[in-house]
Amino acid sequence: MTPIHVSRRKFLSAASKFGAALAVLPLLRPFAAFAATERNTAAFSAKSMSDVIKAYGGADAKESTEITITAPEIAENGAVVPVTVESKIAGTRTISVLVEKNPAALSARFEIPEGTDAYAATRVKVGETSNLIAVVQTADGTFYAQKPVKVTLGGCGG
Amino acid sequence: MKRVLSYLLLSVFAASASAQEIDPTAESRELMGDDNPAFFWETRGEALWKEARGPKKANLSQCDLGLGKGVVAGAYAKLPRFFADTAKVQDLESRVLTCAETLQGITPAEMLKVRFGNGDDQRSEMEAITAYLVSTSKGAAMQVSMKHPKEKAAYALGEQIFHYRSGTHDFSCATCHAESGKRIRLQALPNLTAKADAQKAYVTWPAYRISQGELRTMEWRLNDCFRQQRFPDLQYGSEAAVALTMFLAKNADGGVLEAPTMKR
Amino acid sequence: MSDPMRIRASVVGDKVEVKVLMAHPMESGLRKNADGSIIPAHFIDRVVASCKGKTVLAADWGPAVSKNPYLSFRFSGAAKGDMVSVTWTDNKGDTRTDEAAIA
Repeated sequence: MTPIHVSRRKFLSAASKFGAALAVLPLLRPFAAFAATERNTAAFSAKSMSDVIKAYGGADAKESTEITITAPEIAENGAVVPVTVESKIAGTRTISVLVEKNPAALSARFEIPEGTDAYAATRVKVGETSNLIAVVQTADGTFYAQKPVKVTLGGCGG
Repeated sequence: MKRVLSYLLLSVFAASASAQEIDPTAESRELMGDDNPAFFWETRGEALWKEARGPKKANLSQCDLGLGKGVVAGAYAKLPRFFADTAKVQDLESRVLTCAETLQGITPAEMLKVRFGNGDDQRSEMEAITAYLVSTSKGAAMQVSMKHPKEKAAYALGEQIFHYRSGTHDFSCATCHAESGKRIRLQALPNLTAKADAQKAYVTWPAYRISQGELRTMEWRLNDCFRQQRFPDLQYGSEAAVALTMFLAKNADGGVLEAPTMKR
Repeated sequence: MSDPMRIRASVVGDKVEVKVLMAHPMESGLRKNADGSIIPAHFIDRVVASCKGKTVLAADWGPAVSKNPYLSFRFSGAAKGDMVSVTWTDNKGDTRTDEAAIA
């Protein structure tokens, strides 16, 4: 359970990408513009973290050490990679699990009602060695953390 | 000289790397916890075991797996064994086939319509029943009898098959599984002639195979090893399959059953 | 027909921890059959868990959640014996609800 640190350079580059993406957005959609039961198809076809966040009307994601991603350094099999996300950020409303290099980045988005811990564990497919990204939305903004997972080729197993 | 030196350096590097990474995917398995989809096969298998089926509209609750009629728990830890009614050494799968035929009137061919499952449309009843039966022996220590001459003979035959080199690649089971510390890619290969490895391998089958999203049994494992060796298809429940299972089960004596587990 | 879920809910400290296994192929729509045809996407896209009439977790899923999905979460405000109910719905409109008592 080690917090994730992103190098400053990496963060700046990610931040500037967001900047560019935001510039073409005429108007920011308000937070939670989508009804809970309406599937956000744009988010689930987005290729990048910034596009996923945009699809949910978020912007300007900040890296946070208050989000913990627990996942294996080396996945035994990319088809089933256990991942747990826990957020210590007050007022966490949603937790999204992204796999940077998957055909669609977003795997799952959990809505955390009042009284439920900002915690979710699941298992996701990771197509190739990639960063796992956890994105947390609160009333105050969007935060993220990431952790690399190596995917190996298997032997015959047993 | 330079070449020798670099070779030496390389081998030292390789040795230290492998010492650190004996099992690089252990963490991955650890994080998976005990929520194993094998549960779905166990549930289905229990239902199949208890459901009145076949021409005789009977269930399998009167099946004798070696501990007496209807005794399921712990039976797998003592299999394969000699059965007087069939005058054969049988493993779990071949015994279930016998019971299905005698008690329910379901032929082995019918039971084996799907030997190894593939998705929801091709579910294997044998994999489900095996998962259920083995799960009831969780925690039991392997204790395979070698008292009957046919049990001894089965072990000897299994040992012979294990070492028998054949096929286009001149392979045997022993090529991969008779030496400690071997691996294929990141996958450690158990030395099935050494007690600790043999126990660990045997007591962890059947397993939910993550890469396939299916539950696989020892019968499948052997069949797939035969395929990988480019051998002819290993006949399900055959004398050869039972003998090989006998060899592996006996070598695992004392090992505590954990299956069904999860594997890569 | 889909298999029942396995739901385990237990009191841990002052919280309830829920662990759910669902039987589902979670087909991505990117894989091909042996004959080269695409296997159509078939995956759970919505999960809602509730306890005492209140939603305690909801989730939107894509096809990158693993086959036979696993989900775990924790919530407050329930006690031993209360029922936790979980409903999944997939992209073909199939749905399944199961429940378990908190142990």
